[in-house]
Amino acid sequence: MLHTPDSYDVIVVGGGHAGVEAAAAAARIGARTALVTHQAATIGAMSCNPAIGGLGKGHLVREVDALDGLMGRAADAAGIQFRLLNRRKGPAVRGPRTQADRKLYARAMQAALAETANLRVIEGEVADLVVTNGRVAGAILADGTTLHAAAIVLTTGTFLRGLIHIGETQIPAGRVGEGPSVGLARTLDQHGFALGRLKTGTPARLDGRTIAWSGLEMQSADDEPVPFSTLTERITTPQIQCGITRTTQAVHDLIRANLHRSPMYSGGIASRGPRYCPSIEDKVVRFGDREGHQIFLEPEGLDDPTVYPNGISTALPECVQRAVIALIPGLERATILRPGYAIEYDYVDPRELDATLQAKRLPGLFLAGQINGTTGYEEAAGQGLVAGINAARLAGGSALSAFDRAESYLGVMIDDLVTHGVSEPYRMFTSRSEYRLSLRVDNADERLTPRGAALGCVGRHRAAHFAASQEALDAARFKVEALSLTPSQARAVGLDLNQDGIRRSAFQLLSYPDITWERLAAIWPELKAVSPRVAERLCTDATYAVYLDRQRADIAAFRRDEGVSLPIRLDYAAIPGLSNEMRAKLETVRPGTLGQAARIEGVTPAALTLLAAHARRADRRDAAHGH
Amino acid sequence: MTNGTTIYAPATGFGRAAVSVIRISGPASGPILRSLTGTLPAPRRLSLRTLKTSDGDVLDEALIAWMPGPGTFTGEDMAELHLHGGLAVRAAVLRALATIPDCRHAEPGAFTRRAFLNGRMDLTEAEGIADLIDAETEAQRRQALRQLDGALGRQVADWRARLIDLLAGVEAALDFSDEGDVDETALDAALMQEATALRDEIARALADDRRGERLRDGFTVVLAGPPNAGKSTLLNALSRRDAAIVSETPGTTRDVIEIRCDLGGLPVILVDTAGLREATDAIEAEGIRRTQARVAQADLVLLLAAPGEPGDDRAVETSPGIPVIRILTKQDVVSASPGPGDRHALPISAHTGLGLDSLLNLIEAQATAACGVGDALVTRVRHREGLTRCREHLDRLLRGSALPELAAEDLRLAVRALGEVAGHVGVEEMLDRLFSGFCIGK
Repeated sequence: MLHTPDSYDVIVVGGGHAGVEAAAAAARIGARTALVTHQAATIGAMSCNPAIGGLGKGHLVREVDALDGLMGRAADAAGIQFRLLNRRKGPAVRGPRTQADRKLYARAMQAALAETANLRVIEGEVADLVVTNGRVAGAILADGTTLHAAAIVLTTGTFLRGLIHIGETQIPAGRVGEGPSVGLARTLDQHGFALGRLKTGTPARLDGRTIAWSGLEMQSADDEPVPFSTLTERITTPQIQCGITRTTQAVHDLIRANLHRSPMYSGGIASRGPRYCPSIEDKVVRFGDREGHQIFLEPEGLDDPTVYPNGISTALPECVQRAVIALIPGLERATILRPGYAIEYDYVDPRELDATLQAKRLPGLFLAGQINGTTGYEEAAGQGLVAGINAARLAGGSALSAFDRAESYLGVMIDDLVTHGVSEPYRMFTSRSEYRLSLRVDNADERLTPRGAALGCVGRHRAAHFAASQEALDAARFKVEALSLTPSQARAVGLDLNQDGIRRSAFQLLSYPDITWERLAAIWPELKAVSPRVAERLCTDATYAVYLDRQRADIAAFRRDEGVSLPIRLDYAAIPGLSNEMRAKLETVRPGTLGQAARIEGVTPAALTLLAAHARRADRRDAAHGH
Repeated sequence: MTNGTTIYAPATGFGRAAVSVIRISGPASGPILRSLTGTLPAPRRLSLRTLKTSDGDVLDEALIAWMPGPGTFTGEDMAELHLHGGLAVRAAVLRALATIPDCRHAEPGAFTRRAFLNGRMDLTEAEGIADLIDAETEAQRRQALRQLDGALGRQVADWRARLIDLLAGVEAALDFSDEGDVDETALDAALMQEATALRDEIARALADDRRGERLRDGFTVVLAGPPNAGKSTLLNALSRRDAAIVSETPGTTRDVIEIRCDLGGLPVILVDTAGLREATDAIEAEGIRRTQARVAQADLVLLLAAPGEPGDDRAVETSPGIPVIRILTKQDVVSASPGPGDRHALPISAHTGLGLDSLLNLIEAQATAACGVGDALVTRVRHREGLTRCREHLDRLLRGSALPELAAEDLRLAVRALGEVAGHVGVEEMLDRLFSGFCIGK
């Protein structure tokens, strides 16, 4: 391709969490990439709560990291309160999380982009798309500049026709202080995309210097912070505490008295918000008084007095917000730096996309992040990475690549989105994964780094690091499977086993709840040399071994259905016997595989049998024609 | 799936009747009609035509129907030939069909199977219809209707809903443990209590002694005893009684003869076995092996002995729990009173009819007790397997694992096993329950 200054392989629109991962991934693969954003200074901004990771979300961060994405390393640099959630539960459901210093995070992200070859940041607003022969061929900026590219990734977050609500006040905006994107929304409309409207909200920001911390319960970081990235040796950023307070009866009464002034209840907002992140108005209406609702007071940075009161997102008028805050224990004298608000925005029905996040109706266009109806930085980053990889591969003429439900949370999330669409902002949970015991934070690298290397998005440094750690793991695994003893030998060294004469390997012994690695290392001293990280990993595999064996069988069955592909332009009307209802469901989603078709709500076994028959016939035809 | 072949089969019973119908389904249905009659009649109308072989021999004057797909029972092109009754006519037409390429005699259930594969019905419907079709007796018909109506479906739906509630509680503790609204200890106790209750209910449904399947497959009565004890004579005599409505005689093999009949509305299969203790060669030995196998699967054994040749119990190894009725045969031939060993045997005579009605009453009583008409839920092996797996997962859950994610895994697998019996679980469904029950979100 001829490279003029305005010509790229991939253009990424938006510099949020999806945009940075998309741009960096495309550039790592070698695509000449442009990231277009309103202001380069807001790249990597955390518009809502100052935290990365959590339950389910921590998995996504580890997976992004395993594919050499940026989020894990930026969070490790900026994290100021690392906590491993569900520490007392099993390793499959643990979630690494940290509070992040807003400034440090944006700085780390911007530095990472600056170091990325093939990547150029352009300040500007994309107002329209260039479409040639039914394919996206470039973007037109508000100032009239045209940028050409083979693939475009839209990561516009809440900017599409964004509308902020504070009480009765409405302000068109993408986020506070930044205008909405109206031109792009119109472009998507014109191309026939199904758009919907969602709502999310954020609490008021407080001045930490005016909070009475001394009376509050405080929560500390873990003594030994667990980093997100396998490339991070140690967390060196100082760790802080968060405060915890609760709403009171008086707070609830005041909110109830002013409900009619909140747009969610006055009729000002009709679109749906996330059930798992309700506004304080919703909490009071739906769940009543209880013993009050918990509020975490989270500092936004080491040298920033701003505090994020997590748990009281609201769209009440500013004066009511003030009165509410003043009734909360510890916040009686707190100053509000910025009021909370609700924001409504357009999203694209993600069923418009295939599993590579490419738009089915407009090849060359990829969508990632909140524009697809998700919420959360981690969900955005994961999609950005997948969209960036595929945009670069499309531009480079390589086959696109989707991640499946059996290998990653990325695959679970994207499959959920493109199969079911969304009715509320989509957030990751561990319970969304049917292979939860296999898809863990501790094996994300083993699951995905080789895939990433094959796709070209894993750099040399990570590849070498992974090879070394994998070698250590394989060697230790070989060792624990080779070492074994009989029940009588076990008795001789003080292990009480069933005297059934069956020889057991060290790996099998690890599955006993009362047999630790240290205990085995006392029997076989060569195990002492194994690093704690590798030892823990093997203990986890042993604990779940019985279930993992079953899951392997399930995954094999799952992959059989995933292996039957259905053409994206399949003429469902031409399949005899398919009812109109089934046809409508299938045409909405246009599943890429038989497995995906099976996951569409209400598609019957009979319809699937027909599809399978059809796919098999098509395969036979292809084979007959020598494909 | 339409795999190119066309199937045909008689749709009416075997034997003499006024009309005998042959049904054809598949892509060759039209060409077959054309080759038999020369033309294709107007669709969905009965037309009178002369059927001829490809050599021009007249087979029959018949009413024929041409039903192009997909709006047919199987979703394929179909045809029906309404022949004059009589085995010779039917046999000749079947022979003619057999010479047509890509055309073969249908296996049992093949038409229904095609209907299902072509999206004309869902799996449960297909199973219900299949049962309805071969419901030979009133009791079977009632149960088939119950399945269509979803008696099992409703019960499974109730169990599933309760399991999903449990799962939602466990998942809440895993996914929202950082949010302070989830009381984990209260969940544990309630979980174990409800899981135990569910396990017990499912176990009770499974402990129905296979009543439903028996009702579907028939109550099997095996006639056993030494050679010349009068087994075949008794079988024939029983099948001729008014009380036993014999429905079909599907054929004999070297070793086993079956008669299906209706006793008091219940399907009963009377099985005559090869005589025991006559293994003079390898083939005989195989016959006896089969007999033993049949006896082992029986619901009731009639152990026959003729006077002077007392039955040898060792010859018939019945499984524990299978009831046995001892019978002393040929009471018209020998009037001598039974020996001491036969004190509990029922004396009968196939010739005079002595004891036959008593015997039929005894069989009917056993069949009624075993089939337990009315409250059998599990009528399919597939359903039994799903429920059994579900109970096994609950058993493992109740054995107790220290890790909540493993409890969740057992519950997920239990829900999935039930889902295999009827419908499937959506994660969204579970999340819906979860969100309506807990105040989640900081």
